[in-house]
Amino acid sequence: MGAESNQTMLLSIEGLFKRFGDNVVLDGASLNVPRGSLVTVLGRSGAGKSVLLKCLADVVQPDAGSIHFDGKALGVGDAAARADFRRRCSFLFQSNALFDSLTALENVALPLEQTTDLPDKEIRERSLEALRQIELEAHQDRYPSQLSGGMQKRLALARAIVTRPELVLFDEPTAGLDPLRRNAVFAMIAKYQRQFGFTALVVTHDLTEALIASDRVALLDKGRMCFEGTPAEFSASTDAMVGDFRDSADALGRTLAAIRRGEALQSEDS
Amino acid sequence: MLRTVGRYSLSIVHELGDFALFTGQSFRSALGARRLGRRIVRAGFEQGVRCLPVIVIVGMFTGLVLGLQGYYVLNRFGSESLLGTLVSLSLIRELGPALAALMLVGQAGSALAAELGIQRNTEQIAALETMGVSSHAYLVTPRLLAALVVYPMQTALFVTVGLWGGSLSGSVLLGLEPGVYWSSVEHAVKSQDVRECIIKAVTFGLLTISLCAYHGFNAHRCSSATGARAVSASTTRAVVQSSIIVLAADYIITSFLV
Repeated sequence: MGAESNQTMLLSIEGLFKRFGDNVVLDGASLNVPRGSLVTVLGRSGAGKSVLLKCLADVVQPDAGSIHFDGKALGVGDAAARADFRRRCSFLFQSNALFDSLTALENVALPLEQTTDLPDKEIRERSLEALRQIELEAHQDRYPSQLSGGMQKRLALARAIVTRPELVLFDEPTAGLDPLRRNAVFAMIAKYQRQFGFTALVVTHDLTEALIASDRVALLDKGRMCFEGTPAEFSASTDAMVGDFRDSADALGRTLAAIRRGEALQSEDS
Repeated sequence: MLRTVGRYSLSIVHELGDFALFTGQSFRSALGARRLGRRIVRAGFEQGVRCLPVIVIVGMFTGLVLGLQGYYVLNRFGSESLLGTLVSLSLIRELGPALAALMLVGQAGSALAAELGIQRNTEQIAALETMGVSSHAYLVTPRLLAALVVYPMQTALFVTVGLWGGSLSGSVLLGLEPGVYWSSVEHAVKSQDVRECIIKAVTFGLLTISLCAYHGFNAHRCSSATGARAVSASTTRAVVQSSIIVLAADYIITSFLV
């Protein structure tokens, strides 16, 4: 990548490699995330999407490859660069990872309390402001278990944005949700991404919502990024892997039609 | 056979080293921890106030039994007047620190191991790390520092209640003059006994809370189970190993101090 394109990229991943035992999960994955954009990484279950995010968040150490954040390399042993990255980046877990023994307000205040020297009054004000922006102020004294699934997701987002990060990583934010909730979560991400101006990197396997909400999409398959571009380019791509993923709903329709006609059963019998 | 023994021995050495590094890291994390004071107070409340009933009840019954057994044994030699000596030295030098530590392991240690195990399973610990918060400093260090204060205090309470239990069974139930009992307590207990008691209590607190935190923190590394079973297995291991280490450390400290 040239120096010119680096200036517009907040995050650049090059040749990331990770294996667990004999299982190669990331096999040279590369990705560029422009500043201020919403980028979605698509892929089947087990394609390595979550591991990619966890390598970025320092939860998992990659075996090889490089990660550049705001033009600076994040070396494994470079504690200062890693600390700076953590300060400017937030991670939204698939499970939300909210502290179940803390109230909504305490959950949001936690990163400010533990990573800044702000006075208690300012921490409370900023936490309440984050809850207000995410429309959860009325539930500030409730525990996560007393909130609905959608509210928990919003609370996790409030906790992620309270430190005013430049980059927010979303790990499967819509996993296990019905279509209406999936739409609501993607709408929420797009809305707050524009409202707060952070760069968002989302991994998901929900194609329709990703194509509508994202500025750019990438497709991860077998640990490699086999497509990177705009949603329009994705829709027009003639790449076989992209076609398979994009047309998976049509393929299901064709299979079901064949089953109804008895063809699939006959072919299985034969 | 030899290979199995060797592999098992190496795994024990590896785990001991890992445990030592974990404890060292937890103390080191205190240096950069923010708002540590209030978390220590909270941990002190969990270990101290919530464990008060069990400490008082077990302390009282230990004193009552010591008083009864001691009185009947000493009565054979016509030395009932030494009951206070027997009860106080037994409690201060051995039973107080060991039994108080075992009660704290059962109540606070098991709760700590289970809580950290669940937090590991639900990615709460990973979430702290991604926020740039040291999970050691936030979750383990306050508990360890609180234990260094709470264990001696709980032991002192246990011994005090035990002495009153001994007095109750010796004087009120069996007719020994209270003045004789308390006078022999006063003459028997030396500052060295109190020092030994405090050294034991601090050591047990450090070892057991650190061990319980270690097992809860590493519940995901449990090879024999996953999920809720891993939490259950790590909690059981924490309580069993802590109980054994209390008695083993008690023997080692006593052999050096006596």
